[in-house]
Amino acid sequence: MEKENICLVQGNEACVKGAVRAGCRFFAGYPITPASEIAELMAREMPACDGDFVQMEDEIGSIAAVVGAAWGGRKSLTATSGPGFSLMQEGLGYAVETETPCVIINVMRGGPSTGQPTVSSQQDVMQARFGAHGDYEAIVLCPASVQDCYELTVKAFNLAERFRTPVVVLSDEIVGHTREILTIPKDMEVTERHAPGQSPENYLPYQADADGLLDGMPAFGQGYRMLVDGQLHDEAGNRRGADTQISGALMRRLCEKVTGHAAELEDVKTESIEDAKTLVLAYGSVARSALSAVRRAREEGIRAGFFQPRLLWPFPEAALARCLSGVERILVPEMNMGKVVREVERLCPDLEVVSLARVGGELHTPEEILTHLATPEA
Amino acid sequence: MHSIAEKYIRTSALPTIFCPGCGHGTVLNAFLRAVDELDIFDSLGLVSGIGCSSWTPVFVDTDVMHTLHGRAPAFATGLKMANPALNVVVFSGDGDCAGIGGNHLIHAARRNIDMTLLMLDNEIYGMTGGQVSPTTPTHAKSQTTPLGNPEHGFDVCGLVTAAGATHVSRYTTAQPRALVKGLKAALSHKGFSFVHIISQCPTQAGRYIHGLSSPGEYLKMIREQSIPRAAAEKLSQAERAGKIVTGLLHQDSDKAEFIDQTRRMKAGAKA
Repeated sequence: MEKENICLVQGNEACVKGAVRAGCRFFAGYPITPASEIAELMAREMPACDGDFVQMEDEIGSIAAVVGAAWGGRKSLTATSGPGFSLMQEGLGYAVETETPCVIINVMRGGPSTGQPTVSSQQDVMQARFGAHGDYEAIVLCPASVQDCYELTVKAFNLAERFRTPVVVLSDEIVGHTREILTIPKDMEVTERHAPGQSPENYLPYQADADGLLDGMPAFGQGYRMLVDGQLHDEAGNRRGADTQISGALMRRLCEKVTGHAAELEDVKTESIEDAKTLVLAYGSVARSALSAVRRAREEGIRAGFFQPRLLWPFPEAALARCLSGVERILVPEMNMGKVVREVERLCPDLEVVSLARVGGELHTPEEILTHLATPEA
Repeated sequence: MHSIAEKYIRTSALPTIFCPGCGHGTVLNAFLRAVDELDIFDSLGLVSGIGCSSWTPVFVDTDVMHTLHGRAPAFATGLKMANPALNVVVFSGDGDCAGIGGNHLIHAARRNIDMTLLMLDNEIYGMTGGQVSPTTPTHAKSQTTPLGNPEHGFDVCGLVTAAGATHVSRYTTAQPRALVKGLKAALSHKGFSFVHIISQCPTQAGRYIHGLSSPGEYLKMIREQSIPRAAAEKLSQAERAGKIVTGLLHQDSDKAEFIDQTRRMKAGAKA
């Protein structure tokens, strides 16, 4: 058990500490701004704890090595930013299809293509949800602070193990490079990987329980004679793409094993929502300005509330619904052209939903959000 | 079923996807014999990409990862690093590893990571219907080179040798006994081994490239074109043109292997 420990670190560094705490013992990556610190620190941390680090030839190879290492028995991680995250989508889809637990950190930067390497954004929120081809349900966590970076990275590994799926930590340049106090908790839940309960002879690797989840995670070399295949398959792992019943059932299970656990997955931070008339819904670095604005609004007697999904996808629909009594208006500040706001509009058709979309790289100031809180839209 | 097949074939995955007369079954046969003779079946970790070649390990009843087009060497790198006790073998094809996966191939060779990569070369994209590949000969017709291939074929053995592979050999399905021997040598080598296997594809390459549809004639053609390395060295460059030079082409037993190297460095840092 680790001692409680207070340190002053960057968000990217906190992600590394969280990964090591969660039992990550393999990292494959490729340098990219603003995520490179994660690779650099993992290159130091992994050898020290009998883990392994490799700088791959590109991000395609990085996610592939991470999935390979997962089947070799390691908890594994990669970290990147937009251009690399685009290259990883194919491998991410393979991890979804083969139910491979692994964690991908995307420290978001601005713009399509090379964009703004050194500048923050939240433009990848829909890519994190829908980026790979085909139907699937992504689990995406969104840290707003250095503390979040640590806690949500540990959580990402836990969720990856429980749901046997890749989990994305969607950080951003501001959170990744902010240096602030991290309190490392003494006790923290870490989901250990365990071998399947069944003996290899009776084991059906893709036979799910009633909740759609798989039993344990075998590793290569343990005698399970795994067939890990990116094709739609039956419970033994053999391809059954031509069988519409089996293929449809697998597709539904892969999605429903995530959506069916929405209540368990819910991770929302709220403040002052009890009597709020205006809710500010924000995630990632923008949540910092949003919380500050809500607190100042309260000082001025404005009935404002704060709602921050720390787990962004699947979207916390039930949690939001619980916070809506008395709410007339929802402000959604985002560092993109307005993406999550569409989800809010869909869920709250009777409320006034206001997009405070901003691109270019500048973080919303608390004052700016406060102005909207003080003055209802025309 | 042959006793070797009974021992090692994943019967639930049968029938194979191979066309009648395909050479990949011969490669599977030779591979299982080599594995049996070396007694390494229990430590195998097989990884493949996409295409006809990459289906080959799916029919082996061991731990198998059938991955993405071209990416198998990268998946295999993570697998081998996570569990160095595994005998990691990658099954790939000319399109899979010399085309879409070229980058992963050369960097796996450069690292000299301990694994064996078999490139089953039929000179064509077979599964998708007979399109030109990086090893299709110049002038050859395919579904995407109806006027003939204007490009030059790839010397993949030369490529991986230059990139740093420490065991490079070439065999054909027309000489299966030599192939078994060659596979045993590659599987026993510590470091990155590359085995280029010329494998017949009567359905696509036979029809479009060679004007042959009979697997027997196809194999005869391969056998006639083949020449052992020692004999080839006595020929002039002009005489060697169009020949398939077989045998061990490159061997380096001194170069440090990647995982050994990282282990030494980790131990050094702790000392």
